[in-house]
Amino acid sequence: MTVMTPAGDFRGSYRADTTIFPTFGSRAALWAGIAVLCLAPLVLDRYFLGLLINVGTLGIAALGLNILVGFTGQISIGHAAFFGFGAFASAWLHEAFHIPVLLAIPLAGVMTAAVGLIFGAPAARLKGLYLAIATLAAQFILEDFFARARWFTGGVAGRITESPAIAGFAFDREESYFYLVLAFVVVMFVAASNLMRTRDGRALVAVRDHYLSAEIMGINLAYYRTLSFGIASFYAGIGGALYAHHLLFVSVEAFNILFSIQFLSMVIIGGLGSISGSLMGAAFMVALPEVVQAGADAIAGGAVDRALRIGGNISFLREMAIGAAIILFLLFEPDGLARRWRLIKAYWKLYPYSH
Amino acid sequence: MDGALLFQLLLNGLIVGALYGVVAMSFVLIYKASQVVNFAQGEFLLVGAWTCWWLLVEWQLPFWAGFLLTLAFMTLFGIVLQVVVLRPLIGEPVISVIMATIGLGIFFQALMKWIFGVFAKPFPPVFSADRVSVLGLEVQSAYLLSLGISVAIMAGFGWFFRYSRHGLAMRATAFDQQVAQSLGISVPRVFAMSWAISAVVSAVAGVTVGMVNGVSSALSFYGIKVFPAVILGGLDSVVGAVLGGLIVGVLENLSQYADSQWLNWGNLTQVAPFYALLLILLIKPYGLFGTKNIERI
Repeated sequence: MTVMTPAGDFRGSYRADTTIFPTFGSRAALWAGIAVLCLAPLVLDRYFLGLLINVGTLGIAALGLNILVGFTGQISIGHAAFFGFGAFASAWLHEAFHIPVLLAIPLAGVMTAAVGLIFGAPAARLKGLYLAIATLAAQFILEDFFARARWFTGGVAGRITESPAIAGFAFDREESYFYLVLAFVVVMFVAASNLMRTRDGRALVAVRDHYLSAEIMGINLAYYRTLSFGIASFYAGIGGALYAHHLLFVSVEAFNILFSIQFLSMVIIGGLGSISGSLMGAAFMVALPEVVQAGADAIAGGAVDRALRIGGNISFLREMAIGAAIILFLLFEPDGLARRWRLIKAYWKLYPYSH
Repeated sequence: MDGALLFQLLLNGLIVGALYGVVAMSFVLIYKASQVVNFAQGEFLLVGAWTCWWLLVEWQLPFWAGFLLTLAFMTLFGIVLQVVVLRPLIGEPVISVIMATIGLGIFFQALMKWIFGVFAKPFPPVFSADRVSVLGLEVQSAYLLSLGISVAIMAGFGWFFRYSRHGLAMRATAFDQQVAQSLGISVPRVFAMSWAISAVVSAVAGVTVGMVNGVSSALSFYGIKVFPAVILGGLDSVVGAVLGGLIVGVLENLSQYADSQWLNWGNLTQVAPFYALLLILLIKPYGLFGTKNIERI
């Protein structure tokens, strides 16, 4: 078995065509990536670890949205509401029923999936912009629910969450929590990669590519559209629960429509229909505010800063950067970072004969 | 519930609903002409209202001059947005176009907050009398004006699409782009024009609301309230948009009453239109007047 693969797609059997990681190189890259990330807490300080944890939690939710948008072709503008539901559900399960946090996180995912299925019922009949508008309604209805349901969310005061613990060991420091999130990320991403090679995953892709042809081939449209909504909500719930137990506090106002749009932009920027792209998109959206902040710090106190009043308005600048990033990616790199990554890989694969 | 209160609620609902109707109409205009769902419609109101405010307050222009300059600016604004951002996306999937308008919305909302701050700022008074009495009810004169403007815009739209050359060209383009093109209509120009008209009409609505409530980023919420209205009326029906707007306005006011009397949820008026929206989507997804899509393979 060699690292090199022939240029071209030479898969001789059906079995070879449906493996999750087709080459030795891709398997090695996966293990190497995990190994490097395992060493990260030794090198990075707590601030950067916190950012990496955010990339992980947001990335899991973004992957769910990508399964819905990128693989099934359904749009959701209410993903942050489901993310928030997962966060509150996990905290509520732990507080009301004393379920250990590590068990409450997957349970929160299941609860969020159930809620997603309720809102997915109209989604089974709708597509395109009608669905976009329906999920927009879901966003506002869930936000309203968060503000009203004091027993569930703690109302305006928000809800304090606890760190997960197992057998006396608490994941209460950035270093230990990082490993927990890493484990979840690996499991969720491998599960998604696996899903896409199964009968169900291929059915989702068929629904995206041409829903009429898919229906004629015997794929139950309503079933798969609803299923995709459920899966997306499950991922959002897991991501939200991990997010909640990292911040140790969840506030009702956090999960607004801007947050939903950030999830959508992660998927667009990372690349629609790309599993690894979801993580890249999440990394991009976590890094973007940091870069804007660093840029503002660099010119702080200067003439430009005073003239434009940047110092006090940095949050607006961040929002503008998000909007601009979405538009620029759509105009100049509509297939996202995943395509750029493939081009770079192709360049080195053919080096020095690439042009 | 007594009759006077009910009448007041209905009147308020109709006045606000007429404004929703105007915004919904300019939304439908863009959708009909260029098949773009404009999630930045509320930001058109916002940009228009702030521009007018800036001209009146910072430059001390008389109202008519500031208002006309605002309209001229918004024409340009709409055309530039269409040409620079939306034109390259023609033929891209629905989600890309939706995301582009969402991106525009975030961008301009944040930009306006950056330039003008987050607090509501009042318009300089335009009328001498603050309130007038209609049928025994006290109504703010700005509200009456807004109702008048809304009706005028609706009548203007009716004339434009029925009799004017450009309006007919737009209807032809909405009906079938290829046929329109073969008859010598410049489709790119129709697209740009629809965005310009939509931006101008939204700006008028924005200035009207600004005169009543002051200008703040809350204006952009009108762009979201538009969705229940247009779904109710049917996405591609101008008449439906107006009716949908009126219904949403009345529904809001009635639900506010129901909320304060019986339920005490506190924010039903904000959410009721969205419950209605989900219900309509479940029962009649093409709205009251929308065209039902029949797809062939």
